[in-house]
Amino acid sequence: MPTQHSRVTARLMMTPAVLLLLGWMLVPLGLTLYFSLLRYNLLMPGMEQWTGLDNYRYFLTDPAFLDALRNTLLLVGGVLVITITGGVLLALLLDQAFWGRGIVRLLMIAPFFIMPTVSALVWKNMFMNPVTGLLAHAAKVVGLEPFDFLAVAPLFSIILMVSWQWLPFATLILLTALQSLDSEQLEASEMDGANSLDRFIFIVLPHLARAITVVILIQTIFLLSIFAEILVTTNGGPGTASTNLTFQIYALSLLQFDVGGGAAGGVIAIILANIVAIFLMRMIGRNLDA
Amino acid sequence: MGQIRLKAVSKSFGDVEVIPPLDLEIGDGEFVVFVGPSGCGKSTLLRLIAGLEDATSGCIEIDDVDATILAPAKRRLAMVFQSYALYPHMTVRANMAFPLRMAGIERDERKKKVEAAARVLNLTEYLDRRPGQLSGGQRQRVAIGRAIVREPAAFLFDEPLSNLDAALRVNMRLEISELHRNLATTMIYVTHDQVEAMTMAEKIVVLQGGRIEQVGSPLDLYHAPCNVFVAGFIGSPRMNFISGAEAARHGASTIGIRPEHLAISNEEGTWQGRVGIAEHLGSETFLHVHLAEDQGTFTVRAGGDVDLGHDETVHLTPDASRIHRFDAVGQRLA
Ligand SMILES: Nc1ncnc2c1ncn2[C@@H]1O[C@H](COP(=O)(O)OP(=O)(O)OP(=O)(O)O)[C@@H](O)[C@H]1O
Ligand SMILES: [Mg+2]
Repeated sequence: MPTQHSRVTARLMMTPAVLLLLGWMLVPLGLTLYFSLLRYNLLMPGMEQWTGLDNYRYFLTDPAFLDALRNTLLLVGGVLVITITGGVLLALLLDQAFWGRGIVRLLMIAPFFIMPTVSALVWKNMFMNPVTGLLAHAAKVVGLEPFDFLAVAPLFSIILMVSWQWLPFATLILLTALQSLDSEQLEASEMDGANSLDRFIFIVLPHLARAITVVILIQTIFLLSIFAEILVTTNGGPGTASTNLTFQIYALSLLQFDVGGGAAGGVIAIILANIVAIFLMRMIGRNLDA
Repeated sequence: MGQIRLKAVSKSFGDVEVIPPLDLEIGDGEFVVFVGPSGCGKSTLLRLIAGLEDATSGCIEIDDVDATILAPAKRRLAMVFQSYALYPHMTVRANMAFPLRMAGIERDERKKKVEAAARVLNLTEYLDRRPGQLSGGQRQRVAIGRAIVREPAAFLFDEPLSNLDAALRVNMRLEISELHRNLATTMIYVTHDQVEAMTMAEKIVVLQGGRIEQVGSPLDLYHAPCNVFVAGFIGSPRMNFISGAEAARHGASTIGIRPEHLAISNEEGTWQGRVGIAEHLGSETFLHVHLAEDQGTFTVRAGGDVDLGHDETVHLTPDASRIHRFDAVGQRLA
């Protein structure tokens, strides 16, 4: 039990850190809120004026906003589905004993260490390019028309790239969870007459639930703000086909120099992210209880 | 039905032969206990029977059907693990119903069977809890319940009581014995606790280094251990051994005498010694007596009211009819 005295000391000791963090958070947030209420365009310096909620109205009624919202959710959802399904399968595979397992596990993590811009460029130029890309060659070898990924299915292509990057993370977390599964439980279920599919559904998957929850929460945080992959591959296009909220805000503030509109978009993005977070915690948060 | 026969079954892990070929017959409805020191292969043998390990050679028959390569689920055996191996995310009810569900039994039928088993095991009020919310003893009972509902040909227990405290262990021991009496199903029970073995078994299989040292009823093993290992392993406190000239007088290379078959006296007796530690249990006293001429230390079981202090000189006399004689390689001499 901490004594009264030690508790006071603890508070005192923590104060600087807490103040620093608060400032760190509150100043940018305050500024963003402030800018979002101004008509503030860098092309017209010195003309800033108070506009109330106009920026918000413009941002929300812009047809591009709904596209961006949909693309954001599709991007997050698509990557989550691919990484978790793939992660579970790969974790099951890597949990088996096979020759060279150590090396394979090491190679598995590699994509996670590659910078998003680099991996996106590699995907764009080496794989998905309709003329020189490997996938185009592969298609030609089997006699198919090469598929122009980034032009025809830009969002899907980005989902693929991002999934490739996040797959190792999901696999690693799920693999460690898998290794903590008590082998006697599996043996007991085997004696109880469960075949391997039953064992997966009734024993392995529930055991992985908590790890899957962690993967979903962490990945969602990062996937909501995917930016580099879009910037270096499609630039949000064609049209707004691959623009997510982050990219739309970037385009507004730094391509159209509309600081006020960008700030309003930022505030809306914060609110949406919190809505997503609340939804997630409602749906799967109870998995985290012991 | 639950008759199990092992014919020249052996098991190796890599080059290490953990169980050399052995034969064993377990009759229908028998309560058989495997005992032996740690690492002697008890669990391995049980897992071979369960089908969780493949036999390296030999053949396992269950009810006269060759089951050597049968999948565990097809052998109609139920196993209770040392760690209980309950499914943590399922309620007690779902845990117990799991084998029935896997067997494709109707929901109503499942419910009936689970509730019947829960009544037998006093688990009715815990049916909707999860294993994490139960005590060790209750978890143990759920594990047994999960085994019972399948109505298996035989139950396999691997040290099921070793995680429980002493009082609960005594209780569960009785409950399992009671269960065996009621169900009359074959049970194979692994333990390294010879008290459990003696009290529960109809037949004890003593193992050492993967080999069967002796098979017999508890009292057979107590009265006529077939070698020094079994003599020393069965019985608590353990048998006293003496070799050399004393043993030669009985025409053996080693003789053994149990603590309860030694009479103690202040005046006269066969062997003289000094009292070392005395353990007073109330109902009885275990005296550790250091024999004269460095012949070793004997444990003597005396009444609860003996009043012998440290370093007192005492005389011990063995009950001549209870002396066990062993030859140079440790085998019993008739
Ligand atoms: N998977 C395995 N691979 C290699 N050796 C093993 C394996 N399982 C068991 N062994 C070895 O087999 C021997 C018997 O093990 P087993 O688990 O059957 O012992 P036990 O009699 O049950 O011991 P305890 O009373 O400690 O549970 C041990 O020496 C052990 O090291
Ligand atoms: Mg064991």
